[in-house]
Amino acid sequence: MKARVFVTLKPSVFDPQGQTIVEALHSMGYAGVGDVRQGKYFELEVSSTSAEQARALASEVADKLLANPVIESYRIEVE
Amino acid sequence: MIKFSIVVFPGSNCDHDAYHAAKHVLGQEAEFVWHKETSLHGADVVVLPGGFSHGDYLRTGAIARFSPVMSAVAEFARAGGPVLGICNGFQILCEAGLLPGAMLRNRDLKFHCEHVSIRVEQTDTPFTSRASRGQVLRIPIAHGEGNYYAEPDVLASLESSGRVVFRYCDARGQVTEAANPNGSLHGIAGICNERRNVVGLMPHPERACERPLGSADGLVLFESVVSSLASHGALRTA
Repeated sequence: MKARVFVTLKPSVFDPQGQTIVEALHSMGYAGVGDVRQGKYFELEVSSTSAEQARALASEVADKLLANPVIESYRIEVE
Repeated sequence: MIKFSIVVFPGSNCDHDAYHAAKHVLGQEAEFVWHKETSLHGADVVVLPGGFSHGDYLRTGAIARFSPVMSAVAEFARAGGPVLGICNGFQILCEAGLLPGAMLRNRDLKFHCEHVSIRVEQTDTPFTSRASRGQVLRIPIAHGEGNYYAEPDVLASLESSGRVVFRYCDARGQVTEAANPNGSLHGIAGICNERRNVVGLMPHPERACERPLGSADGLVLFESVVSSLASHGALRTA
């Protein structure tokens, strides 16, 4: 099975990279883009037999390694 | 003699500077400890040096904190042993939960490699006992991710318990936005844990221990720990 983990900075944390990207977009004329938050995306190949198991495993590794709970939060998709 | 154990991770690059400061400048014992080891070789002081452990992949310090040696470092810290995390070492201590908070990219997204001024805020840690409160140290920084962040309640507790050990300042010791090289909250350059034996800072005192290098202001951190251990007795570990 495949689990996808999306890690993003918490809303309270300033994202200088996202800020730079949105400024670039504005200078390119994309005034319709209000804000950009840059994050990280992980694809995990897991040997789990159920979606629940895959989600639990992905959540465990996200908590322990993929995300830093001080500054980041994450979301998981399983297929 | 005091023994400094300097942990070497794949990608550490200030390990030799720390070794040189401890052994050749201070005349103490120093030994490298590879990150796969599970013992600290009888350390009196542990240094997590600067560098780019594991290529800074994922997040700075995120992989290194799971190195086998880190269990021994955590145990040493729990027993009250002095631990100094410099730059990447500070990032590793934060990732390991031995110090609170986390490091973000510098606010201007630039890697800063320059001498800065930092003000000693607290002298009741083993690494600042020979400094004076308000003393301004001229010390180099070299990092792209030194923008210290912590949740408001954590910051408040750091401030109220006097755990901000160093702050970026101008040459006269004034903490200003202009003197803050990376956007760190409250101008924080270094902090300590509740017990005050674990200290992390982004600037590199080990690179400022001899006048020909431009500054010997960093020496006071190493002299402090040597004199703290001499007066309080060293904590030898296995």
